[in-house]
Amino acid sequence: MITKSADKTPKIEVEVTHIQQVSDIIKRFTFTPVDGAPLPVFGGGAHIVVEMSDGDIIRRNPYSLVSKPGTTDNYQISVRRDDVGRGGSLYMHNTLKVGDHLLVSHPVNLFHIDRRARKHLLIAGGIGITPFLAMMAELEDEVANFELHLSARTDGAFLDELRGLYGSKGSFYRDDHNEVIPLNDLLTGQPLGTHLYVCGPNGMLEWVLRTAEDAGWPSQNVHYERFLAPATGLPYEVNLATSGITVRVGGHQSMLEAIEAAGVDAPYLCRGGACGQCETRVVSYDGELLHNDHFLTEEEHASGTKIMPCVSRFQGRELVLER
Amino acid sequence: MLVEGIKSRPIYHPLEPKPGSRHILVADAEGAEAILELATKTPDGFWDKARILYIPRSAVGKGYEERLQALTPFPLYVGPTIAAAIPRLTKELSDAQMGTQIYLAGTEGLVGQAMIVALEAGVDQGSIQRDHRGSEARRVQCVHCKGITEEVTTQPVKCTHCGLMLLVRDHYSRRIGAFQGVCIDAEQPGTAPEPEEAFL
Repeated sequence: MITKSADKTPKIEVEVTHIQQVSDIIKRFTFTPVDGAPLPVFGGGAHIVVEMSDGDIIRRNPYSLVSKPGTTDNYQISVRRDDVGRGGSLYMHNTLKVGDHLLVSHPVNLFHIDRRARKHLLIAGGIGITPFLAMMAELEDEVANFELHLSARTDGAFLDELRGLYGSKGSFYRDDHNEVIPLNDLLTGQPLGTHLYVCGPNGMLEWVLRTAEDAGWPSQNVHYERFLAPATGLPYEVNLATSGITVRVGGHQSMLEAIEAAGVDAPYLCRGGACGQCETRVVSYDGELLHNDHFLTEEEHASGTKIMPCVSRFQGRELVLER
Repeated sequence: MLVEGIKSRPIYHPLEPKPGSRHILVADAEGAEAILELATKTPDGFWDKARILYIPRSAVGKGYEERLQALTPFPLYVGPTIAAAIPRLTKELSDAQMGTQIYLAGTEGLVGQAMIVALEAGVDQGSIQRDHRGSEARRVQCVHCKGITEEVTTQPVKCTHCGLMLLVRDHYSRRIGAFQGVCIDAEQPGTAPEPEEAFL
């Protein structure tokens, strides 16, 4: 059962053809196009936005594609169950079944391989491994020089598979054995022309980015992906000046979701504060803009003239957006 | 005679200390001043990780060698010419690792040629700083015969390889570290204006 999507972003209807339990909290889903036409090609690091009709709510969550780049007869994603999240991953884990239909976006890549690199150093934490699964398949195909360092809770998801596929190119660190990535040695011992890619929980990401900066790595050689789940907070109202309507944003809803639910077509790509596509002009406001994205600069945040409705919120008397 | 606003014209900035595991500094002539100015801003320990390559050229006898040597515990390399210093820089970079910072200062000829070596070694542009000091003389490539004429100070200039009179443009090639020279009297050979000192 498909609920027709309100927005104009092109979508592909897919069927869930396989669900694999990768670990106690991770499942891998295989989607096959309903019309049988080849899916758009993607590169390592790309993601799709999966649209879920969860009761009255339409959820749109971005997930990295984990299948081999070049595959056009199916897309695979891996989803970690978040029991205290907003509900998207719980829907994927508990409700979605083989045979169900879904809408997915075309692939978008905000975390692609930089082919100027002489060596690729990949650092992942936990489920942050997902974009690297496709990237490594691509690097392996190109006989590129790469190295993976993955830190995970236990010996669970993906480790056996990765050991089999990449052997000595992978180093694995288990939290339950108190093993830590030797980051300083790793970042000071790389040949010139190495590019660093990081994906993982926020604390780890900050640690790696800070250590790389202190070690003198130029920012051009450091790539990272940080998808934010939209922050929750107090409900508030937004006036959409162009559409001439007022929208109420629920506590567990993002501003973008509320705008979409009101039938207004708003642009988006990543829905995680990373890509900048949903940037919206603030006409006026009386209160506080709660910026949560990492696309706008600090100056732009302070200027009070722009907001990214996919992750940012508002608190105060009135907010008017040009939408 | 020069066209304004050519985007490939290099932009230079004063050298600033950056965090790094190794600092390689290359200067010629008055470029030494840029390194000495940098030294007023460097944090503790900076010069213990620094190697300086210096080519005195027109500033020979001005005592820069002693002042540069005083900055670092490692022997200062003093080269007779840019061409002689290039293999030395290649060697310095051969075992360099990520976190190496490059500081280039002096004539555009030195800065451009040292930059080529650094880029070829795999140094990212974000790790290379450039400051232009001293002579404005240009390294010019003739677009017709591809020969490079060093130390060009006049406009126009006679190509030392094919003899055409060249208009020296701001159009700069990062790949070969030289400005572009285009025949100035192609329509009516022999009508080129007299060369005048333009890049002193």
